[in-house]
Amino acid sequence: MKILVPVKRVVDHNVKIRVKSDGSGVDLANAKMSMNPFDEIAVEEAVRLKEASAAAEVVVVSVGPAQAQEVLRTALAMGADRAILVLAEGRVEPLAVAKILQRVAAAEEAGLVILGKQAIDDDCNQTGQMLSALLGWSQATFASKIELTGDSARVTREIDGGLQQIEVTLPAVVTADLRLNEPRYASLPNIMKAKKKPLVQQTPEEVGVDIAPRLNVIRVEEPATRAAGVKLASVDELLGKLKTEAAVL
Amino acid sequence: MAILLFADHDNASLSDHSARALTAARQIGAEVDILIAGQGAAPAAEAASVLQGVRRVLLAEAGALAERLAEPCAALIVSLAGDYDTILAPATSSGKNVLPRVAALLDVMQVSEVTEVVAPDTFKRPIYAGNAVEVVQAPGSVRVLTIRSASFQPAETGAAAPITAIEMPEATALSSFRQNVLSHSDRPELSSAKIVVSGGRALGSKERFEEIINPLADKLGAAVGASRAAVDAGYAANDYQVGQTGKVVAPDLYIACGISGAIQHLAGMKDSRIIVAINSDAEAPIFQVADYGIVGDIFEVLPQMERAL
Repeated sequence: MKILVPVKRVVDHNVKIRVKSDGSGVDLANAKMSMNPFDEIAVEEAVRLKEASAAAEVVVVSVGPAQAQEVLRTALAMGADRAILVLAEGRVEPLAVAKILQRVAAAEEAGLVILGKQAIDDDCNQTGQMLSALLGWSQATFASKIELTGDSARVTREIDGGLQQIEVTLPAVVTADLRLNEPRYASLPNIMKAKKKPLVQQTPEEVGVDIAPRLNVIRVEEPATRAAGVKLASVDELLGKLKTEAAVL
Repeated sequence: MAILLFADHDNASLSDHSARALTAARQIGAEVDILIAGQGAAPAAEAASVLQGVRRVLLAEAGALAERLAEPCAALIVSLAGDYDTILAPATSSGKNVLPRVAALLDVMQVSEVTEVVAPDTFKRPIYAGNAVEVVQAPGSVRVLTIRSASFQPAETGAAAPITAIEMPEATALSSFRQNVLSHSDRPELSSAKIVVSGGRALGSKERFEEIINPLADKLGAAVGASRAAVDAGYAANDYQVGQTGKVVAPDLYIACGISGAIQHLAGMKDSRIIVAINSDAEAPIFQVADYGIVGDIFEVLPQMERAL
């Protein structure tokens, strides 16, 4: 079975972003970029399935600018076999990404797609569910455990009240939550080896998808800021403030 | 045209998130139908029918809907979509699971985690873990939205709206439910509690987390939360996690204990009315959002607080 893992290049999770003063967006000039952390977990899971002989090949795919090659190389260094980059500049919405992935999953005859549940830039949490719908496949979101059992997969999902176990028929789309695994660091020899692994580039036109955004972003604003608080010396002082000044106790 | 609200419920009861999403729906338009998809879900439908401003409740019951699996729920919603120009759900694990599937089947982009209704087709939503807010307009004939419930007050109850039973369309079963392993607690629900006491990595172990955090929470009648670091370390269950990818809470009082205040955590609690931070590191970023802070050892300060209450 072939596993397809879509990965997104996003601003590194340690970077504190700044809203542009003209409200046109977020200033990412010179910001450190990395693989979306949830996608890293997805890559790790796919590679582990291959190492356990549950999968024959792991193909990673990204929709993004030319620099997205870097995150694909990272995924190859972690153990993926080959990579596909669908070149697209600017804002590409989850619906368009899902349509591109639908074409790629069909062309590759993937048996399983694993991807992060959410990208930490647009925080949409949509692409996996949309891809599953477009393919007409089964869906398991927010996975903290995946067990393959022949023609189905048993997936433990993180839900609001705790955990839920479901069984999905393959082919399926699974989205990775934080506790699915702890991604490995690529070793230097593997990073060197990854440079020689195949990486092909395509365009959305070649794939046959219109990526024009559907939503109009009118502006991007600074969030409301909180006024600076005070540090108190004792518990009694704190409880006094909570009772009288804040009136929450 | 009308609005369809895909409710969050567990068949036996309606979650508070649904009442909050109804408030958002009413800011978009006047005609709101609530869809209860489930099995043996009449109690949830009755609870929905008495929320103020509901036109009618649609009750779809089938075995495939009992646990609200994504595929049958999306098929059901799509079968009803022609009568609505807005389809929305609270951004709970259920809403987030089902609605993007609906959006793709309707060939529209979803607007996720709406925190403010600017106009019937224009919404605010946080991006970059809440470090920026996007004002986004959704053109076209139908809109699909998830609503961040912490940003809206729950709708009041009023006169009962009619409950109409509807049929589940034929659909091939792609997934099956095995079991739920739910956390049981007598404490208030984390997402809607008035007071939340949250613990971080500084607690050091599951035992100490329970010894230090739980008594204070119980004294205050509070829900218990945790930072991602504490959940990853196994000190608390996954459903305790507050943050960008966990639960988003906005209680009257949030007490952060031994939590440094990573961006990802702040995203889940910075809209709380009053924030208290207790941390031994005076430079911890949590103090930048706290109304009141105590620099000190949580293992001394929390028991002191509990005794003084």
